[in-house]
Amino acid sequence: MVIVYGVVTALLGAGVFFTLVGSIGLLRFPDFYTRLHATGKCDTLGGGLVILGAMIYHLFQYSGTLLVIAKLAFLVFFIFIANPTATHAIMKAAYKAGVEPWCLGEERR
Amino acid sequence: MKLGERAFGILLSFGIMAAFWILLSGIFDAFHLISGLVCCSIVSIISHDLLVKGKSEKKLLKSLRLLIYIPWELWQIVLANIDVAYRVLHPKMPIDPVIIEFETTLRGEFSLVTLANSITLTPGTITILVEPARGKFLVHAIAKEPAEALLVDQTMQKKVAHVFMET
Repeated sequence: MVIVYGVVTALLGAGVFFTLVGSIGLLRFPDFYTRLHATGKCDTLGGGLVILGAMIYHLFQYSGTLLVIAKLAFLVFFIFIANPTATHAIMKAAYKAGVEPWCLGEERR
Repeated sequence: MKLGERAFGILLSFGIMAAFWILLSGIFDAFHLISGLVCCSIVSIISHDLLVKGKSEKKLLKSLRLLIYIPWELWQIVLANIDVAYRVLHPKMPIDPVIIEFETTLRGEFSLVTLANSITLTPGTITILVEPARGKFLVHAIAKEPAEALLVDQTMQKKVAHVFMET
């Protein structure tokens, strides 16, 4: 049981770390496009890792209701499809609206 | 042949929707099962062509290759996150954004979507525009190295083209 707790804690910690990095990137990066780089990727893996940790915890703690694990697996699946698609849609909208990409050496916006 | 394809589409979409219903409901009495199956059959007869589209040639082989492709893609996602974390937390922020353009041999809808989402999830690149007619991609890269990985090595394009057999 201690091993399970350790693995679950590691997964949740890694998920929280990547989500935090995404938020820091959102604040630090200089323009719209680079900010989307931070959020679009880190949220996908961060959320996935947190849900994976919840799945493993549920498997060992409440092994009577295995359907919950299937539902969580669907959640991961849909996050991994929806997140890049949404990122791409926002990016495309910004590009069509004429947002200028930041280049090295310019002021941050 | 046309009829057989239609029946295959209806059966496949019915199977997927029924499995989804059973997994999500989790109640196994007669009322819930029968009402779910009736709804699944109605929906699959009316709109099976939304889910299962086009020619059904070599679908099994493509699905198998897609299953092999997914673990590699997951590993690329982990690499992408470590890359972004490094760039975010580095005091000097080593970024140098460029917008690049390249053409691929892909034409199918599903393969274009797969490549676009793969590019968005892998290190340092996000798809901006896709032109289906010529297979052209417009990609925003956060630094020079990920841009060159897409332009010169083209590992990802080759892998997706191999999965969907559209070289």
